[in-house]
Amino acid sequence: MKRTLPALLLLSFSLVAIAAGVEPRAFDRPEQEARYRALIAELRCLVCQNQNLAESDAELARDLRDQTYEMIRAGRSDDEIVEFMVGRYGDFVLYRPPVTVTTALLWFGPAVLVTLGAVLALLYVRRRAGRTTGATLSEDEEKKARALLSGKAVDP
Amino acid sequence: MIPEIGHFALILALGVAAVQGVLPLIGTARGIPGWVATAVPAARAQLLLLLVAFGALTYSFVVSDFSVAYVAHNSNTEQPLVYRISAVWGAHEGSLLLWALLLALWTVGVSLFRRGLPDELVARVAATCGLVSIGFLLFMLLTSNPFDRLIPVPTQGRELNPLLQDPGLALHPPMLYMGYVGLVVPFAFAVAALMEGRVDAAWVRWSRPWTLVAWVFLTLGIALGSWWSYYELGWGGWWFWDPVENASLMPWLVATGLLHSLAVTEKRGAFKAWTVLLAIFGFSLSLLGTFLVRSGVLVSVHAFASDPARGVFILIFLAAVVGSSLLLYAWRAPAVAGGGSFELMSRETLLLLNNVVLVAASASILLGTLYPLFMDALGLGKISVGPPYFNSVFVPLALPLVLLLGLGPLVRWKEDSASALARALWPTAAAAVALGTALVVLLGGGTVVGVILSTVLAVWVLLTAGAGLARRLRKRGGLAGLFGLPRAYLGMVVAHLGVAVLTLGIAVSSTYSKERDVNMGVGESAKVGNHDFRFEGVTRLPGPNYLATQGTVRVTREGREVATLHPEKRQYASQSHSMTEAAIHSRLTRDIYVALGEAAQGDAWSLRIYNKPFIQWIWWGSVLMALGGLLAATDRRYRLLAEAARQPGAGGPSRLALAGKR
Repeated sequence: MKRTLPALLLLSFSLVAIAAGVEPRAFDRPEQEARYRALIAELRCLVCQNQNLAESDAELARDLRDQTYEMIRAGRSDDEIVEFMVGRYGDFVLYRPPVTVTTALLWFGPAVLVTLGAVLALLYVRRRAGRTTGATLSEDEEKKARALLSGKAVDP
Repeated sequence: MIPEIGHFALILALGVAAVQGVLPLIGTARGIPGWVATAVPAARAQLLLLLVAFGALTYSFVVSDFSVAYVAHNSNTEQPLVYRISAVWGAHEGSLLLWALLLALWTVGVSLFRRGLPDELVARVAATCGLVSIGFLLFMLLTSNPFDRLIPVPTQGRELNPLLQDPGLALHPPMLYMGYVGLVVPFAFAVAALMEGRVDAAWVRWSRPWTLVAWVFLTLGIALGSWWSYYELGWGGWWFWDPVENASLMPWLVATGLLHSLAVTEKRGAFKAWTVLLAIFGFSLSLLGTFLVRSGVLVSVHAFASDPARGVFILIFLAAVVGSSLLLYAWRAPAVAGGGSFELMSRETLLLLNNVVLVAASASILLGTLYPLFMDALGLGKISVGPPYFNSVFVPLALPLVLLLGLGPLVRWKEDSASALARALWPTAAAAVALGTALVVLLGGGTVVGVILSTVLAVWVLLTAGAGLARRLRKRGGLAGLFGLPRAYLGMVVAHLGVAVLTLGIAVSSTYSKERDVNMGVGESAKVGNHDFRFEGVTRLPGPNYLATQGTVRVTREGREVATLHPEKRQYASQSHSMTEAAIHSRLTRDIYVALGEAAQGDAWSLRIYNKPFIQWIWWGSVLMALGGLLAATDRRYRLLAEAARQPGAGGPSRLALAGKR
């Protein structure tokens, strides 16, 4: 619970220490260190309220950091490490949920939303456009147009 | 005795809120002036009563009256006075009281600075606030009474969460809440407009400055919280996409959309119904945030189900407020619709797209925040939705928005020519690409697409804002005209520059930060970036209610002294874990950040060292945005409105029209 906007903290949780996992680790290559940091930032500490492995001071988080480190040193790929973690703890351990049937809405929802919004907005604009040019319609045409418009002149 | 006075004041405030919420509405509907006139005195009485309640709670904290359960749970006698006072809003019950108090404050604010607002509109606004207040006061009295007594009385209280014992945090909650609760004013104005069935330029001019002020508070509150987590949590992060943070970002995004939609409604009379709807959404998201945070549903769906009293109350309240206002909207929106027409290539269209993106961003964050809860509740399994998800959704939405933001102010209202715009702007666009890329090369290069794109866009905003300003100044005879520009325009420019600064800060700091964890014995050195860090050991220092272990780290750059930093670890008597106080040395172009880890072998300690370029720009950008909002809120035409009201009959409407034409 360490880093939420604290005005809204629910203080009944026990505090978790901060500046966790200041653990000097030796890597053969800087690329390995970067992968290590990326992984422990995307894996969840399962016993914490909402913390990744990197931030948590919990016993389990320490263990999992060690495991991640060992696996990277042993030359395992990111996918293998993630697979190992998911095999043990389920999808809950991933802060980047996998794309499945149940998470399709989660992953594609935003794109659908913004596309739908943009299309609706442009349709609305097109409907309103053209009204700025002065009225060059005959009286009859104008009457007709007014009748048509009054039926559907609704804001979004 | 004092806590009982506070308790009675709360109960009385509930009664007054009922009067404030009901009588004026009946009065306006039936045309009974006496009932309409109850709104303002009722709002003032309520403010007074809530001040009494708040004062009583504060007093109980100051004198450490542990017979009050809330005091005993959040304060003890060793806590410094300032944190005994800030503990008033440090936890659930007290922060609700603060919420109710600020609600009353905003209501009275509207009645005091009414700028010629007609009595009926004031009455409807105050009544809407009164109805909301009924909900909060009932919630407090039924489920979360801050004045509940504790028997037997403990001799010492439980300490306030040490994380919250920090100057940044004494300020952050009131700021954030001012913004959160402040969204009630545009909401109440929207409800009043729906009841009246009219949205005109005058209505916009009344509600727009209030929206701006609430938005300014919200911006500052969020920035303050982010800054606090940066220096206090020892992690160097400044945004975590935690549900509680999302709860404040969602209303902010919608409020930002509302500000822009209000601009269109004021200048061109378009988007009226949409503006009203956004005002309803903004406040609804504030309430939803409260539900998420206060019901315990975030901890787990099951915790919520096992102790549902609070959650169910808020859920019903939320449904009542959102449901009834949306019903009112569905019923009355056709009455307020309509407005000026415009072409595809016009500022209206761009502002509409701005709204689409902001609302989609807010909805996506809502989706990500609620998704795991729904999955869990429906038994579809437990998943975690975290920063990787939110970043990959939010960033692709935010960057096009920044592109639009540069373009928008240069496009004419109603109709513009795309080819003329392209001709006028391609040199600016080319310059933005060249300068942005050059800046990235200068900062450390690499071919990270994200940072190049963001930097180019930030420069684009900078250049277009400059171009717009230059265009205006040329008309006004050079630089001397700068102070003659309307504040609304200057405010917009400043706020948009804030977005550029913020974008640059986020992109550069997240790409070029350097981080190292090291074990250092006394006298040993480590190099991070182009700075050398020499560890000189630790000393122990007693604080008022904690024992600190303070390290000394000397920072040099190419042999030249830069700073001496003192990162601390604090052991509070009441806590099993210790707290970190990172030491930060800030410059405009970089922060050096040292956090003390744990004791290692011998006299060695583990230390975390960061070099974070441009990170301060994140908060300076936010401050610029808030400053821009403040400038715009104090624009001359809002003051003219007040003047016009003071001279009834003296051509009020024509003055309004004039003010609008500037």
